[in-house]
Amino acid sequence: MTWTQYLMPLLKGAQVTVTISLASIAIGAVLAFAAGIARTSSNRFLSGIAFAYIVLFRGTPLLVQLFWFYYALPLIGISFDPVTTGIMVLSLLTGAFGAEVVRGALLSVPPSQLEAARALNFSKTYTLWHISMPQAVIEMMPAFGNLAIQNLKDTALVSLISIADLTFQAQSLRNITLDSATVYTLTLIGYFLIALCLMFAMRFIEMKLRRGPAFPRSAHS
Amino acid sequence: MMYGYAWDTSTPLTFALSILPILGIGLMVTLKAAAVGYAIALVFGLVLALLRRSRIKAISWTVACFTEFVRDTPLLVQLFFLYYVLPEFGIILPAFMTGALALGLQYSAYTSEVYRGGINAVPRGQWEAATALNLSRLQTYRDIVVPQMIPRIVPALGNYLVSMLKETPVLSVVTVLDMLGLANMIGERTFDYLVPLSMVGLIFLPMTLICSALIFAIERALPKSGIPLR
Repeated sequence: MTWTQYLMPLLKGAQVTVTISLASIAIGAVLAFAAGIARTSSNRFLSGIAFAYIVLFRGTPLLVQLFWFYYALPLIGISFDPVTTGIMVLSLLTGAFGAEVVRGALLSVPPSQLEAARALNFSKTYTLWHISMPQAVIEMMPAFGNLAIQNLKDTALVSLISIADLTFQAQSLRNITLDSATVYTLTLIGYFLIALCLMFAMRFIEMKLRRGPAFPRSAHS
Repeated sequence: MMYGYAWDTSTPLTFALSILPILGIGLMVTLKAAAVGYAIALVFGLVLALLRRSRIKAISWTVACFTEFVRDTPLLVQLFFLYYVLPEFGIILPAFMTGALALGLQYSAYTSEVYRGGINAVPRGQWEAATALNLSRLQTYRDIVVPQMIPRIVPALGNYLVSMLKETPVLSVVTVLDMLGLANMIGERTFDYLVPLSMVGLIFLPMTLICSALIFAIERALPKSGIPLR
C-alpha cells in the first residue's frame, strides 16, 4: 500500500470525527448557555444544579467519563450505542467548560447597563436576552473558539469506545500496514486541517456578531 | 487480587474500599507522569518561547508552526505517534516515559504561549531602560523580564498543571498502569466496571478541586509588581 491508498479510510474516519465534533459542539453550546445562565440566576436550586454539573464534568478526566458512560452505566441498566455515548459525553464536557465562559461574559456586562434596563422597567428575561446577552456573546467568542478546538482534539478519545473516527481508522491502518510514521503523520495533518477550518468558522461567526447591531431591532417593538 | 491486595465484591462499599490500595498505586503513577510531563512542558515551553523571539525569521517561523501544529492535534494521536514511530528510529523508551514525553510535548506548546504572553506583557520602557543601563541580554532577562513576568504566568501555568493531571489517564491506552488502567483491569476481572471507574472519578474530583484552590491562593498571594530572583 502506498500512502495515497491510506487516504480513503482516513477520510472516512475524518467524516465521523467532524460529525461527532460538530454535533457535540452544538449540543455543548446549548448546555453551556443553559448552565451558564442558571449559574447567574438568583434561584438557589437552579444555580446549585448547574454548579454541581460544572464541577463534576470539569473536575474529572474525559476518558474516565467516557468509560464510565460506556462500561459502567450499562451495568445499572442504562445503555446507549457508542456514537450516542461519545456525543453525549463530549457535549456534557464542552457544556461544562462553556458554562463558565458564559457566566464570566454575563458577569462582565457593565452594571450600568443592568441599572438602565431596570430604570426602563424591562423584565428580567427581557434584560437577559436583549441587553446582557448581545453584549456578552461577543466576549464569549474567543473562548468558545478555543473550546471548539479542544473539543475536536477530545473527539480522538471516542476511538477507544470503538467508534470508527479518524484515530480509530489510523489505528487499524497501522495494524495492517505497520507503516506507523506515514499513517500517524497523515492523521495529525488531518486533525490540523480540520482544526484550521474550525478556527476560520469561529472567526467568521465572531466577525458577523461584531458587525451586527449590538441591540436587536426588535428591542423597541 | 492485584499487587497482593484482594478485593471483596460482597457489597459495592466493601468493593470500593478493598480496591483503594490498588488504585493508590495507580495514583502514584498518575502523579509521577504528570510531574515528569509538567517538568518537560515547563522547560521545553520556555525554550520554544525564547526561540520564537529569535531574530532569525526561519527559526521563529518554524517554531511558530510547530507550536500551532502541536496545539491543534490530539494528545492521543501524538502519543501513538511517539509510541510507534520512535522505536523505528531506534529510540526505545518505556511506555511511561513515552507517555510523559507526549504530555510534556503537548503542554510545552501551551506553556510556550504563556511565557510569550508574559514576556510581551513586560512594558517596553523596561526593555529600553535595560538597554540604557547597558545590561547584557542575560541580565535583562534574569533581573528585569523574568521577575516581572512570574506573577502574570503562574496562574495560567497552574491551570495547565490541573488540565494535564486530567489528561494522564490517556496514558493507560499505551499500557501504562495508571489509576484508570488498573480500574479497567479490575473491571475486566470482576465484571464490575461501575465501582472501580466511579472510584477513579471520585479520586480525581477532590484532587483537581484542591489544586485549583491552591492555584487561586497562590495567585492572590503573589506580589503584583514582581519577584526578585536574587
